[in-house]
Amino acid sequence: MDAKEIIAARVAKEFKNGDFVNLGIGLPTKAVDYISKEVQINLHSENGFAGIWDTATPETLDKDVVDAGGSNVVLQSGGLFFDSVTSFEIIRGGHLDMTVLGALEVDEEGNLANWKIPGKLLPGMGGAMDLVNGAKKVIISMVHTARGNPKILKKCTLPLTGKGVVDMIITEMGVFEFIDGKLTLTELTPGVSLEELKAVTPASYEVALKN
Amino acid sequence: MEKKIAINEIGSFLKDGMTISIGGFMGCGNAHSIIDEILKTDVKNLTLIATDTARDGFGIGKLIDDRRITKLYASHIGTNKETQKQVIEGFIDLELVPQGTLAERIRAAAAGLGGVLTQTGLGTEVQDGKDVINIDGKDYILEKPLHIDLAFIKAYKADKAGNLIYNGSTRNFNVPMAGAATVTIAEVEEIVENGTLNPNFIHTPFVYINHLIKA
Repeated sequence: MDAKEIIAARVAKEFKNGDFVNLGIGLPTKAVDYISKEVQINLHSENGFAGIWDTATPETLDKDVVDAGGSNVVLQSGGLFFDSVTSFEIIRGGHLDMTVLGALEVDEEGNLANWKIPGKLLPGMGGAMDLVNGAKKVIISMVHTARGNPKILKKCTLPLTGKGVVDMIITEMGVFEFIDGKLTLTELTPGVSLEELKAVTPASYEVALKN
Repeated sequence: MEKKIAINEIGSFLKDGMTISIGGFMGCGNAHSIIDEILKTDVKNLTLIATDTARDGFGIGKLIDDRRITKLYASHIGTNKETQKQVIEGFIDLELVPQGTLAERIRAAAAGLGGVLTQTGLGTEVQDGKDVINIDGKDYILEKPLHIDLAFIKAYKADKAGNLIYNGSTRNFNVPMAGAATVTIAEVEEIVENGTLNPNFIHTPFVYINHLIKA
């Protein structure tokens, strides 16, 4: 498995039967391909629907239904539509069990930066600031480094999306959780050594491996 | 009161420098025909409230391409390179607003609230210059209402009174914007007789809608 497949498969293990989950565009969404058959979850799309959906085909396309990335999708039976106020009440009111998002940087205090690179990239925060403050559990799924540069830092250098909001970080090298407020390495991907991980992880962290 | 107007009457509602809003998400649920009509007028220097600017050349993106917008409230412009370019060159004054906060600020205007208190944005740039209020031991940012002069929304079907129903994921920002504007104009695909829509399934009540355009 390549790095992204390892991450997506590990994220999928976090889903419990009946969970209501919002997945960020890209790598976080890839996790749905790895959900075990025994686990059924409901997904939330911040632009206004919930349930399970599929990519639209030329035959099933409805111009009035797009996902949060703007791609045409088809909502499966049992799903429902709502407006943006309801959608963000669900997010901000603590009604989502979990959100999985990507990151540019995360730090040892649980701060997250993923919406802006001053002078270079100005996409905006979309719903990310709402999600990290509202969802019961915030999981960051990302490749461990960006072109060799570490992303799990002592302190974020980019503008923050949320302060002290991250609960878990899943990369191709391992899993970190915040336990009693401390960043803690809880899983190491087979084939990765503690030293290799340390070399690309400037943040201070405890080690309490479960595997 | 007859609410149906012709699409070429849009120009008579537009004034330079006014604040407009357009519902939709990435172009889905934009009032596409009205956007095309706005482009036929000379209106400029508009303040726009919208969750995103869709893509270059599509939906709201057309108003950006034609340099009609000089002030923008949005949550996301990552899919529109032209918007980012005009912000960087200083033509557009951009205020990025978290998407849920944008929805609530618009809803606050519709509901007559003086603002909303939210934890979204705490400890980030979004908090800069705003009051932080502590309620029962928790901090919240005070976010003020966003009032709109003229809202353009898109629904699937209206009755003659202006009650609206939507299709699919197009409700998004169309619903809150409808009540937040001094004047709201809805673009719809069909206008039916009063009494033919099921009263249990109306998404936007008639009172929010001033004018209807069939397009």
